[in-house]
Amino acid sequence: MEKESNSDRRTFLSYFLGGSSLAFLGAVAYPVLKYLTPPAEKDSAVEAVDAGKADEFEKGSGKIVKFGSKPALVVRGADGEFRAFIAVCTHLDCTVQYVPEESVIWCACHNGKYDLNGINISGPPPRPLTPLAVNVQQGVVLISKEA
Amino acid sequence: MLFKQRYDQAYRWINERIGLDGIIGFMRKKEVPVSTVSIWYYFGGISLFLFMVQVITGILLLMYYRPGPNSSYESLQFLVSKVHFGWLVRDIHSWSANLMVLCVFIHMFSVFFMKSYRKPREMTWISGMVLLFLVLAFGFSGYLLPWNELAFFATKVGTDMAGSVPLLGDFIVRMVRGGSDVTGATLTHFFGVHVAALPGIFVLVLAFHLFLLQRQGMSKPRAWDKVPESEHKVMPFFPNFVLRELIFWLAALAVINALAVFFPWELGAKADPFAPAPAGIKPEWYFMFMFQTLKMLPSTIGAIEGELVGLALFNLGALVWLALPLWDKWTGVDHPKARWVSAFGGLVVLFIVFMTVLGYVLS
Repeated sequence: MEKESNSDRRTFLSYFLGGSSLAFLGAVAYPVLKYLTPPAEKDSAVEAVDAGKADEFEKGSGKIVKFGSKPALVVRGADGEFRAFIAVCTHLDCTVQYVPEESVIWCACHNGKYDLNGINISGPPPRPLTPLAVNVQQGVVLISKEA
Repeated sequence: MLFKQRYDQAYRWINERIGLDGIIGFMRKKEVPVSTVSIWYYFGGISLFLFMVQVITGILLLMYYRPGPNSSYESLQFLVSKVHFGWLVRDIHSWSANLMVLCVFIHMFSVFFMKSYRKPREMTWISGMVLLFLVLAFGFSGYLLPWNELAFFATKVGTDMAGSVPLLGDFIVRMVRGGSDVTGATLTHFFGVHVAALPGIFVLVLAFHLFLLQRQGMSKPRAWDKVPESEHKVMPFFPNFVLRELIFWLAALAVINALAVFFPWELGAKADPFAPAPAGIKPEWYFMFMFQTLKMLPSTIGAIEGELVGLALFNLGALVWLALPLWDKWTGVDHPKARWVSAFGGLVVLFIVFMTVLGYVLS
């Protein structure tokens, strides 16, 4: 009888010790993990960005501008129309560029290509580019998030 | 004569306190197999030497390197152009890092084909594989530190891959990058990991790996299983093997020096997060086979992203390779299936070599 209660006590102590160790590890690991997780950034509160004067864009040219924390690509097609996209390849995050000779948007990292509507047409990109709205006001190209 | 006296005196002084005789006696008694495959025994030691070179040159680089998006590149420019022998220290660090990866791979594959991972050396294999993963992490984190264009985009690509992990992907990417994009925060992260976290972990695992080696001795060639013990040729670990190993270390140092002098590492152009990715983005050569494979996969396989399928397969492959001594039950008993394991390893080597070469030829 006494033996049994001893082993009960032992089991209890083992669980107690094991549980406390786990709790201790948790108490150490939680703040460390939280510390290592970067605090959420405010979504770059850009409304509209001035991409430059419209007449500085030649037909069939492209330019990268800062759009908050991301690069944006403004393209003026051969038809003279402006289009803008977040210049981040949907494949693996590289920055894309306009290739006038082929009239495509190209990612040099893995040879992904998009047409001038931002649709992925060849290579590994799985999705179209994120489009931005373009407004030309008083000769200035303004790009903003699409509503 | 006086020197000899002093030496003997010092030896006696230390010997009385920690028993040097015992340690040297142990090393003399320790035997290293002599056979046609002996040459492969040296690559683990060479890797160890290259690691020591990394530690020393790394500490020297720390004296001038200033991590930060506005200072990393500039401090290296200063280091290689103004500091005496700065270029040499940086080039030795880069070359020795690359040779270390190469030697670690040679060491790993030689152990694989000699089947030295069989009982009782399972833990030596697994700790060795952990060291190999750590070496790759060293390479990946160190690549970004100069903050140049190539490294910037290679890091963007490399870290973005983690994003395809289901559920946890975004969290992992944010944690590794220190934010949602590759920025100065990523640089600080990688710097801390490269110079503090990884070396600390590496030294612990390395100590365990070497402890196992000392405890169990070197693995005997498989051919000896069928030869009577009297015909086994061995040499003492000390001084015979140690002196031979030292010659390899000297040779390695000479090779690194020659490479550093004749083939310096370019610093390239400074990273600009708002410039398009330049053509010819490529990872370090030891990631090339993965890079090339992922590049050749279609954008979707079935309903799943091709990238994700490729990464899942690579991770699975690494896991299978890591657990090798646990599933290869046939090697120890000389089973015909043991040959299939070797053939599988041969295919893996061929695949890695083929994809690496293809990666360079196509780019």
